[in-house]
Amino acid sequence: MSATLPIAQADAPLPAARRDIAPLLLVPAVVLAALPFMSFPTWITLTVAGLAMGMMIFIMASGLTLVFGLMSVLNFGHGAFVSVGAFTATYVLLPMRGWLETDSLLANLGVLGLAVLLAMAATALLGWAFERVIIMPVYGQYLKQILITMGGMIVSEQLINVIWGAEQIALPLPAALRGAVFLGEAAIEKYRLLAVVVGGVVFAALFLTLNRTKIGLLIRAGVENGEMVEAMGYRIRRLFVGVFAAGSALAGLGGVMWGLYKETLVAHMGSEIMVLTFIVIIIGGLGSVGGCFIGSLLIALVGNYAGFLAPKVALVSNIVLMIAVLLWRPAGLYTKGRH
Amino acid sequence: MPIQLLSGDLPRSRALTAILVAILLGLLCAPFLFSGARPLNTAATICVYIVLVASYDLLLGYTGIVSFAHTMFYGIGAYGVGIALASVDEPTWGAIVTGLVAALLLTVVLAFVIGLFALRVRAIFYAMITLAVASSFSVLASQLSDFTGGEDGRTFSVPELLSPGYTLMENEVFGRSIDGKLITYYIVFAGCLVLFLFLLRLVNSPFGRVLQAIRENEFRAEALGYRTVVYRIWANVLGAVVAALAGALMALWLRYVGPKTSLGFEVMTDILLIVVIGGMGTMYGAVVGAALFILAQNYLKTLMGQASEMLSGVPLLAAAVHPDRWMLWLGVLFILSIYFFPIGIVGKLRLRRAGR
Repeated sequence: MSATLPIAQADAPLPAARRDIAPLLLVPAVVLAALPFMSFPTWITLTVAGLAMGMMIFIMASGLTLVFGLMSVLNFGHGAFVSVGAFTATYVLLPMRGWLETDSLLANLGVLGLAVLLAMAATALLGWAFERVIIMPVYGQYLKQILITMGGMIVSEQLINVIWGAEQIALPLPAALRGAVFLGEAAIEKYRLLAVVVGGVVFAALFLTLNRTKIGLLIRAGVENGEMVEAMGYRIRRLFVGVFAAGSALAGLGGVMWGLYKETLVAHMGSEIMVLTFIVIIIGGLGSVGGCFIGSLLIALVGNYAGFLAPKVALVSNIVLMIAVLLWRPAGLYTKGRH
Repeated sequence: MPIQLLSGDLPRSRALTAILVAILLGLLCAPFLFSGARPLNTAATICVYIVLVASYDLLLGYTGIVSFAHTMFYGIGAYGVGIALASVDEPTWGAIVTGLVAALLLTVVLAFVIGLFALRVRAIFYAMITLAVASSFSVLASQLSDFTGGEDGRTFSVPELLSPGYTLMENEVFGRSIDGKLITYYIVFAGCLVLFLFLLRLVNSPFGRVLQAIRENEFRAEALGYRTVVYRIWANVLGAVVAALAGALMALWLRYVGPKTSLGFEVMTDILLIVVIGGMGTMYGAVVGAALFILAQNYLKTLMGQASEMLSGVPLLAAAVHPDRWMLWLGVLFILSIYFFPIGIVGKLRLRRAGR
């Protein structure tokens, strides 16, 4: 038994991390598997609708999963940012209705952009305050954390009712984004195309930030091992507050998009969507942005297909999908740190 | 004898004893103390909520499990009785028993499977999974309208002995006729008392001690040779069964089941608020908390309405004290109590005595 250990050459490259591509194939597999069950135009329509919805869910869920990965804080109040974002946007969207009614895409998008900026600023600020007031005193105490973020959620929802009134607010789509474009016989709603584009941009931006910048490196290192990052002399607290605020801003963006998608705003829209985001980040693996992206698309696509093929099944499709994924990989598609 | 009945877990504070005795007597004599339907309804709701919250405290306060599926089990119990009674022409006790047994079976299976599935990993995971499952369940209940009555729920009639039209004897007792409503109230009261004493027995048994050990330090409990997963799953199943029984009693009392009253997320937040404000990890906290909360819910809103009218000139403040916004103030109270007195009312009362 005197096997000598192979000695690495000095100039040999480091062994590359093994790529885990099986989850990446899930989305195309689901999309292709649905094709035989329906006509081609329906398939196109449903797929685009599913992608759009998935992108919106991803925007709302990405902050949640990063925050959890970095500090093991699960924010049950994340949904409040979604609602607050959507309601803040009405400060721009309702007074500037005239601009939204003109048929010029540029004017529409300009107003929409302004609304989104305001919503993101407001939710980022709120996220910062939320972190300071609600979460900071209960680091590391998971039980109190769950309870207190839940409390924060209740209070935020009620405050929305106080500030914006208890009635639901109608939020019509901008004129240029109404209706559908036709691709052959398949109808694709314009707003869904926009949602896909925005979602894609957000994902790309997040992906590049996490993988190509120093901040991203620190965040990834922090997810992997926070203590080590601190030992290197970086203030992980500051990093965390930043990620928290950014995640809240993304939730605000998602809220505006979701509100326009639904065309009505109610205070509890955030807590409704939260259940979906939880399922998504469980599927993706807590702390993984890539997993969260795949999970969002899977949930939305499967939900859409199931809703078309068997409406009753669609009611439980989320849970069934979650159970199936967890049976395959008990900790989600990607476990912590493997993006 | 009373000590044995309370499983040796005395209130350990004079003020707390007084409050508990007052609540017990108040609930016992409620039909004779107050007239009208509303106070009796409040009293019955308090009884059921005491059990519901106490069974949740078994999970949250004693074992350290955060579950959002408690209302699901409560709803299963309520729907079990409700659907069984609504589907027969002539309401019988047999139908109630059948419905209850079916509901309990479903409860045990669901609680066991969810526990097996999710309690092995971190607590936070369990909280998320139960939230997802419970919300899907409530969507399912409101969509399968042929079976559950959908959003409207189902009203049903109860066996003759319990129906309001029935009178047991001709003459009145203490100025009140002994009718079916009164009999139902005492069935609910007795059922809740028995369930509460059972929970008290449970948490003071060796089994309960192990649960508390798991809450304090899971790793250590495991090192001492207890299979913590098994204990947690058991606690989960027992809590769920008691919640389902509470739901069945509530359905009997209301003669109605619907998604809002039994499955809604509002019920879950109510439970959370009561547990925390009453005092986690003390069964008596559930009693004090539930009594306070339900009384406040029924009578404080009237007060808030008056305050709102008085402040009608002030823009935001008037909206903030509107009766519909009372959850706002409870939410604030909830957050503050988690920060500043996580031991709740009961804990504070006991602490005061210890300090003297």
